[in-house]
Amino acid sequence: MSAFVDIHDVTHVYARAEDGLPAVQNLNLKVQEGEFAAIVGPSGCGKSTLMKLATGLQFPREGTVIVDGKEVGAPVKLAGMAFQNPTMLPWRTTLDNILLPLEIVEPHRSRLRRHKAEYVAKAESLLAQVGLKGQGDKFPWQLSGGMQQRASLCRALIHEPKLLMLDEPFGALDSFTREELWCVMRDLHAAQKVTIILVTHDLREAAFLSDRIFCMSARPGRIVAEREVEFPRPRDLEITYTPEFSALVHELRGHIAQARQAA
Amino acid sequence: MKTKNKLALAPWVFTVGFFALWEILCHTLKISSFILPAPSTILWAVWEYRNQLTYHAMHTLWMTLAGFGLAVGFGLLLGMVLGSSRLINAGTYPLLVGFNSIPKVAVVPILVFWFGVGWVPPVMTAFLISFFPIVVNVATGIATVEPEMEDVLRALGASKRDIVFKVGVPRAMPYFFGSLKVAITLAYVGSVIGEQNASNVGIGNLLTRASAAFEVPLVWAALVVLAVLGVIMYAITAYAERSMTGWAQRSQMAA
Repeated sequence: MSAFVDIHDVTHVYARAEDGLPAVQNLNLKVQEGEFAAIVGPSGCGKSTLMKLATGLQFPREGTVIVDGKEVGAPVKLAGMAFQNPTMLPWRTTLDNILLPLEIVEPHRSRLRRHKAEYVAKAESLLAQVGLKGQGDKFPWQLSGGMQQRASLCRALIHEPKLLMLDEPFGALDSFTREELWCVMRDLHAAQKVTIILVTHDLREAAFLSDRIFCMSARPGRIVAEREVEFPRPRDLEITYTPEFSALVHELRGHIAQARQAA
Repeated sequence: MKTKNKLALAPWVFTVGFFALWEILCHTLKISSFILPAPSTILWAVWEYRNQLTYHAMHTLWMTLAGFGLAVGFGLLLGMVLGSSRLINAGTYPLLVGFNSIPKVAVVPILVFWFGVGWVPPVMTAFLISFFPIVVNVATGIATVEPEMEDVLRALGASKRDIVFKVGVPRAMPYFFGSLKVAITLAYVGSVIGEQNASNVGIGNLLTRASAAFEVPLVWAALVVLAVLGVIMYAITAYAERSMTGWAQRSQMAA
């Protein structure tokens, strides 16, 4: 079975990089359809570059990136993205922010005006799923950071993307809100059957949410370890307090420490 | 009295106080009305020349608004182009700055060569003097779209045009309306300069004729009319700014 996202022997140097050092080098990574993959690594290891390569925002200098059976040569159009910063547009209500991708992506773009009610209903059901029922009329700046991040997840999912890229989406939140959002993310993944690539610094987050964890080395980034996570789904937050979970986090910690030392 | 009421009252108290002090000084120091007329004398002159002043003021108002309208249209357009293309921005910036540094009063003779004396030079001067701040502000607003926001949209297949119109332009609106307050004042300066040098009507022209004839109270009356018109136009743009971009003014500072 061929992988949904297949990054094969990719080396990438940014045109603007002053030292000419590659951001990632000989990077290999395979994620299956519907899988929840997490990428962890020391800061500056090229995790964000990986995101840009997989969504077609950057093209690799060497190697190939294949998403959904096609080599990526332009922005992939089937991806949703969410970042640490929720980047909501302050002049739109939360609901209109969530509908924004539909104004861009076909076939929704040409259908949006005539089928507005249908799309609004969909956005509202997503809002309910992330625990923001009835908050769509508020402006994003009237919501707390955690609530904005929930809305940002809705925006990333509204056009039913096949691939969801999350770049440290919970990094700026306090630990209670973060754990709440882990559960939101877990349920969204179970409900939508979307392939997710999560970039994170938080090893517990990676271990709790994902099916497969990739550890990256420091710049130039490579995958130094790949680890399947076998905890059965649906997972409860309680598993984060089991010895098996601690052992896994400890093991990942070891990989990261090695990766840092190698740099 | 509450601080809020005090703040609301302060502009009136200070304005009235300023003119009262002026009036008193003129009388106690016995300043000749040729040098500095008292406010009461000026007010009397405003009343005396009211027909003439209204006629010329309306003309100036039209010149200003026409020039300002052109500047808004052109400024938005050019700002959008400069904001969305780094190449054009870098290429044209020196030209724009160079053009903007020319005192516009020096351009009026050229406008007269081209268009003759009449309504065109004041409108053109108002336009030329006021479009620059609009261009710079709109371009800045568009060029500073968060890269993450751009990534979100580009990953969906958004074109440059989509990004400029969906995010860049709305985002630039607070900058745009901020610049309008500057631009309207400048347009006003431009139209008066144009009228002084190349028109047979308008407050600017009235000023030139009145000062040539040493009609000092009329000169002062014209100045007062100019000030009042300026404040009104500024207030209208400030009101437009508040009602159009309320989302941008949510901080404690703006309250």
